[in-house]
Amino acid sequence: MTLDEGMTLDDVLASLFPGGHALERGPFGTVHGTGRLEGGGQIALVGIVDRTPLGVDGALLLASRVLAVIDKGGGVPIMMLVDTASQSMTRRDELLGLNEYLAHLSKSLALAAARGHRTVGVLYGRAAAGAFIATALSTQVLAAVRGAEPSVMDLPSIARVTKLPLDQLERLAQSTPIFAPGLDPMVAVGAVAQIWDASKPLAEQLAALLRQSVEARDRRDEIGLARKGRLLAAGIAQRVAKEAAAGA
Amino acid sequence: MSISWRPHEADWYEASARERIAGLVDPDSFVEFLGPDQRAMSPHLAQFNLTGAFDDGLIVGRGTLDGQAVLLAAQEGRFLGGAFGEVHGAKLVGLLRGARAAAGTGGPKCVLLLLDTGGVRLQEANAGELSISETIRAIVEARLAGVAVVALIGGRSGAFGGGGIITACCSRIVVSQHARVSVSGPEVIETNKGVEEFDSKDRALVWRITGGRTRTLTGGADRYVKGRIRDFRQAAIELMTQAPPFTFETLAAEQRRLAERLQEYGECRDAPQLWRKSGLPEPERIAELSDDAFLAMARTKECKHDAR
Repeated sequence: MTLDEGMTLDDVLASLFPGGHALERGPFGTVHGTGRLEGGGQIALVGIVDRTPLGVDGALLLASRVLAVIDKGGGVPIMMLVDTASQSMTRRDELLGLNEYLAHLSKSLALAAARGHRTVGVLYGRAAAGAFIATALSTQVLAAVRGAEPSVMDLPSIARVTKLPLDQLERLAQSTPIFAPGLDPMVAVGAVAQIWDASKPLAEQLAALLRQSVEARDRRDEIGLARKGRLLAAGIAQRVAKEAAAGA
Repeated sequence: MSISWRPHEADWYEASARERIAGLVDPDSFVEFLGPDQRAMSPHLAQFNLTGAFDDGLIVGRGTLDGQAVLLAAQEGRFLGGAFGEVHGAKLVGLLRGARAAAGTGGPKCVLLLLDTGGVRLQEANAGELSISETIRAIVEARLAGVAVVALIGGRSGAFGGGGIITACCSRIVVSQHARVSVSGPEVIETNKGVEEFDSKDRALVWRITGGRTRTLTGGADRYVKGRIRDFRQAAIELMTQAPPFTFETLAAEQRRLAERLQEYGECRDAPQLWRKSGLPEPERIAELSDDAFLAMARTKECKHDAR
């Protein structure tokens, strides 16, 4: 395993759950199962792996797994393991309403959190665009293993759409995290809460994360401000929220 | 002689975001938050040699709709394709958080989202992407607090990318024939998968795959309206009090609804195939029908549901 290649799913699972886990591979690049937490207790596992693009079939299956955990009750925490690509880019997916399927998955994760299930995203590979929003970004707290590669769009594609020279974009990407692909910019803007070190046991890093209290509200804009990656969002949101609530 | 502009009669597609708001809410009831005079502009566009807008392409505020207090946000599709940047997105997130905060103390029971967006603004891609995720969470929390969030779509830029995902997180969705709702835009699919997968220059194809009529017939939209601003206003008035609650039962029903759609139409590659399977007469002609004829058609069974 090298940092460049990131961790494999087996590496991640072995490091996260030395006490054991049961994971089944389903269709469409999905996985589901349970892991045994250090210090007792179980965590429900769902995920999209092997850099599979997320389409209508995969999103619906993942949502059904999340809803099944909620239905069972007991407030079991849920981990979303992520190594996807972008959303599946086909005419079929869009004809069938991919936006509804991705939204359904995102809402299912949000409902789980509202029902008292802790939701933890673990990004150990790639995630981009709509697939990133519907999976990793839909959890309460997102951890990324060093070597993970989140993005909205790669720089050559951004260059094509914005009609700017690639070398100019590459230069700009050095000075601001606001648009550049990659883990460090996503950490700076507040999308990724913490980076995990692959050379140390992930079980300990997960345990430390679970010891922290649950955030009752979405603080990602405040985190982005504290990290100086997103300077305006928190203040703007606060000002508008205040005016909107005052009009009542 | 004075010529009076009648905002209610104006066409949604042709109107600016401000004109849509003026015609949508009760006359003179709109109060803007963080308006253009406050100069809440994007600090990121100059380095790309782009000129900013004083409202960053999103107008937020409150007003009344048929006498009821509402909060609303309108994207200006003509400014950078209505795309989500840092300031633009934060204004929307703030509005929804404010709605949730006020819900317990007699605040507005409805937020109207006049979406008109190509998705993430690539010059601010990370901030835009994250603001979409924050918007989704804020919509869910507002809905949990009992606020109806209603999406109104029929503008030039449609509701693409994260805008499409946000759409399907709302309690209710209103579309016109012009509405295009989708995740990957046709150009993006063509660029990545080739013209034989999706010819983005074939306008009729784009409308069949992503358009308001297809969304309505498959259950991806709750209400189809003719294209005037007053048609959207009437639909918003009716739907703001008929929102499904955000519960396990609602999402379990959505799970069944979306699974049935895959089962019934999962093999379809174009809209007429799907319409034929659903038993509609003359599926090849759906796109040509007048709005009145379309509205008069027998609905497929999916069209009335609370599973969202």
